[in-house]
Amino acid sequence: MRSFTYNKADDVAAAVQEVSANQEAKFIAGGTNLLDLMKIDVMKPRHLIDITHLALKTIEETEDGGLRLGALATNADTAYNEQVEKRYPLLSHAILAGATGQLRNMATDGGNLLQRTRCYYFYDTDTPCNKREPGSGCSAIKGYNRDLAILGTSEYCIATHPSDMAVALAALEAKIRVTGPDGDRVIPIAEFHRLPGDTPHIDSNLQPNEIITAIDLPAKGFANHYTYMKLRDRASYAFALVSVAAALEMDGDTIKEARIALGGVAHKPWRLPAAEAMLSDQKATKENFRMVAEAYLEGAKGYGHNDFKIELAKRAVVRALQQALEMEVKS
Amino acid sequence: MIGNQTGKPVNRVDGRLKVTGGAKYAAEFTAPNMAYGFVVNSKIAKGKIKSIDTSKALALDGVLEVFTHENRPGYVWGDKNYQDKDSPPGSPFRPLYDNEVQFSMQPIALVVAETYELARYGAILVEVEYENYSFDTDFEKNIKQAYIPEKYKSSKPPEPWGNPDEALANAAVKIEAEYSHPSEHHNPIEMHASLAIWEEGGKLTVYDKIQGVQNSQQYIANAFGMQQEDVHVISPFVGGAFGSGLRPQYQLFLAVLAARELKRPVKVVLTRQQMFSFGHRPKTVQKFALGADTDGKLKAVQHDAFGETSKFEDYSENVVIWPGVLYNCDNVKVSHKLVALDVYTPLDMRAPGGTTGIYGLECAIDELAYKAGVDPLEFRKMNYSEKDQNEGKPFSSKELRECYRQGAEKFGWEKRSLEPRSMKEGHNLIGWGFAQGAWEATQKQAAAKAVLTTDGKLTVSCATADIGTGTYTVMSQIAAETVGLPLEDVTFKLGDSSLPKSPLQGGSWTVSSVGSAVKLVCDKVREKLLQLAQQVANSPLANATLDDVNIEDGKISLKNDPAKAVTIKEALVQSQGKSIEENVSSEPVEGQQKYSPYAHSATFVEVKVDEDLGTVKVTRVVSAIAGGRIINPKTARSQILGGVVWGIGAAMEEETVMDNNLGRFMNHDLDKYHVPVNADVHDIEVIFVEEKDDHVNPLGAKGLGEIGIVSVAPAIANAIFHATGKRVRELPITLDKLL
Repeated sequence: MRSFTYNKADDVAAAVQEVSANQEAKFIAGGTNLLDLMKIDVMKPRHLIDITHLALKTIEETEDGGLRLGALATNADTAYNEQVEKRYPLLSHAILAGATGQLRNMATDGGNLLQRTRCYYFYDTDTPCNKREPGSGCSAIKGYNRDLAILGTSEYCIATHPSDMAVALAALEAKIRVTGPDGDRVIPIAEFHRLPGDTPHIDSNLQPNEIITAIDLPAKGFANHYTYMKLRDRASYAFALVSVAAALEMDGDTIKEARIALGGVAHKPWRLPAAEAMLSDQKATKENFRMVAEAYLEGAKGYGHNDFKIELAKRAVVRALQQALEMEVKS
Repeated sequence: MIGNQTGKPVNRVDGRLKVTGGAKYAAEFTAPNMAYGFVVNSKIAKGKIKSIDTSKALALDGVLEVFTHENRPGYVWGDKNYQDKDSPPGSPFRPLYDNEVQFSMQPIALVVAETYELARYGAILVEVEYENYSFDTDFEKNIKQAYIPEKYKSSKPPEPWGNPDEALANAAVKIEAEYSHPSEHHNPIEMHASLAIWEEGGKLTVYDKIQGVQNSQQYIANAFGMQQEDVHVISPFVGGAFGSGLRPQYQLFLAVLAARELKRPVKVVLTRQQMFSFGHRPKTVQKFALGADTDGKLKAVQHDAFGETSKFEDYSENVVIWPGVLYNCDNVKVSHKLVALDVYTPLDMRAPGGTTGIYGLECAIDELAYKAGVDPLEFRKMNYSEKDQNEGKPFSSKELRECYRQGAEKFGWEKRSLEPRSMKEGHNLIGWGFAQGAWEATQKQAAAKAVLTTDGKLTVSCATADIGTGTYTVMSQIAAETVGLPLEDVTFKLGDSSLPKSPLQGGSWTVSSVGSAVKLVCDKVREKLLQLAQQVANSPLANATLDDVNIEDGKISLKNDPAKAVTIKEALVQSQGKSIEENVSSEPVEGQQKYSPYAHSATFVEVKVDEDLGTVKVTRVVSAIAGGRIINPKTARSQILGGVVWGIGAAMEEETVMDNNLGRFMNHDLDKYHVPVNADVHDIEVIFVEEKDDHVNPLGAKGLGEIGIVSVAPAIANAIFHATGKRVRELPITLDKLL
């Protein structure tokens, strides 16, 4: 492991200042991904800024009736937060579908958004990978790609974003609050992560000198009809082959609003509001669900080992919507 | 021998040490002034190292040395010096021998530094230039070049009997099928590690992760031109091995090399990723052609296996012996060819050949039973083998029918309908599958020593290993029972090369071999005890023979008058302060060669398969085992549970995936290489049927380390067929194969 220097930041302003002053600095919070990547020499920060002591751990209601998750609230504290469980059970379920109890106790909400892909080649420094080493080539496209993306890929990278939490946040239209040298700004979750394009080494639109301070959930939580369905190669502790965050707002047997986000299929949570809108004011039938599923997977491209994900994702969308529809509405 | 110690579900005698951290594993030992080595592995699969620049690593303050093929000392390098007790025929891999790269992730340098992190950092800084050669890692592409090895590591496939071609041609019901089993890595939780301590005078003490300390001892002595007695290998605990510790691994060689050169202790621990850089279960393709008559009587078996090996050693395992062991058939023809690839040599992994061969055979038989329209369990009963047809010998015992009966009853098999897709529950198709299995119950030569001190404490020892199987416990039980002492007065020592000679811990032969030696040496202690008891003044046992007495609960008493007794402590007073000390070497029992010794299993499985999504849940497993006398039902059950869980993994999750562009296994960590987690494991019922065996060994016990896994994956695959009507002939059965 390469040596690095370390400093504990006292407040957000100091943290931003410190990271702005040093291009080779990285924030560290739970460290559940960064430390692993440092050990295998995939990430090589020369300086770590420990932000675990910043006052960003609270979960509280916002003025507009939503909920603000502090960036440093742990995944466990978030998933089991009473408000989250009651008003945003989709998020709670998504978080609990990921990692393990031990990891969720350490991992923070902000860090969860910034975790790196789990592509085999990204993790092996003896293989070419454009995300790890721009210009070296993508080994996955013609190599082993079972876990990798089928949507929004590029000739440079077919990595997926591994987060479950982010998929639920996409369906819920969360907003990411960040602070940089020029002050605060808000990034809608849909614009937070990027597609790989020709710059796959850049995962998100967060600038290197910015820090996530909170994740805002809008008032609408779809607590009556939701499902987080995660399909994977074993029943726990595996990343999604395909996951679906599905949420419905019903008026009798008519859909008022549908939200669908897919995980495990792209470089970011995959959400198509235009396709969702096809379900608005429609009956909640399997045919309509299949129609929207087809729309979601339009243009999907397999790379051999992951071809199956296209059909699997369609079926998962249908099943997730059915489950969301049929769930017992808690009064 | 129905004893007062064996047969009891006693807790592991080392359990407390393990759960309190008191049990030390190889990587946990330290020594004063110890340095750390970190291995640099090859990036390419085949070629030459054109240059290796270690200057940047060496420039780091605290890096002591970087060993490569360029500066390694000149030792003896003959093949023979690198062969160990589990080597296949061929030329063993010799770390840092020359600039040739034979497989991806080959160790090519060792960075030694004052701290582990520094060594790991130094390893990053080693710069290597390669000359790439083309390589063969694609099994399917190379299967055309499969060959019959000059010499099999395993037993030579049996010669054909009957007229298999003709019988097959004439069979009323026929199937042909090809089954594929992927490469798998052992993935014990404990990583391979060695600490080599160089001592003045050139002696070595080595802490090693190994399934046989004397194998490491011999290997080091041969490779470094040392006297065996100058090498002391210690390995008191092993955190799982499953065969990966049968052969000394390269970290041992490198640690010893560095310790000798630097004249200080050196520890080398492999990373999880590096655990994928050596032996593995070979990818194996099996072709079957089976024939039966319309009633379901097996008429012909043709079983051809193609197993992966390396380009430098001919690894083979017993893949094709199973038709002759498990079925009664008059016309059988089998073959086993090797497919040599540019990979490290495969290595025995839990039930090598059995896991693979029985998977293929039991699925193919299920296909044939279906084609004949016969219930799969009925089919097995109709074609039950009363003798081992490969060897032409009767079994030493075989209560497999009782496994069928008890297993079927517990599982509720009689309620099964033959028709696939006949049970449904919501989105789930339900399937019930069956498979049977066998595994050798061999006895090897083993030695043991017993020391009974005057305070009545018994220490028995043998250089075997406890790889988590419960060796410490069952040996203590056998010794305590034989000498008539409470379990807490008995200590069993293992994992030290200076102890009496032991075979490798593997092959399910430890209880049989070491247990028999322990029994034998303790029998000698009994004799001595009786002699001493007879010297007690007015001894009531004065005229008794060993047959006349019971020795239990710390007393030697007359069988026909138990009140007449001498306590062991009283007897020991007669030894005038001297311990009783006995040594034995135990050989396989006389007449054993007349029989074929196997343990047997019958596995019943229920799966639920989501019809739309392809997800499979193994909801119930009943595993009925005929394993001879069970010394400890608790540790025995754990062995079978472990086998079943691994069977679930093998059926649905495990596969090391080769990237043929890079010639490299790519899912080399526990994130990408899936083994079952708790959530994958549901109801498992283990049944041990009563099985008396007077031939297998003096204990009447068969090993249980491997019989638990062999029939699980095929039973799951057969259950998935019953659920879905779809025959997936390639493991693992991941959800995409069922969409």
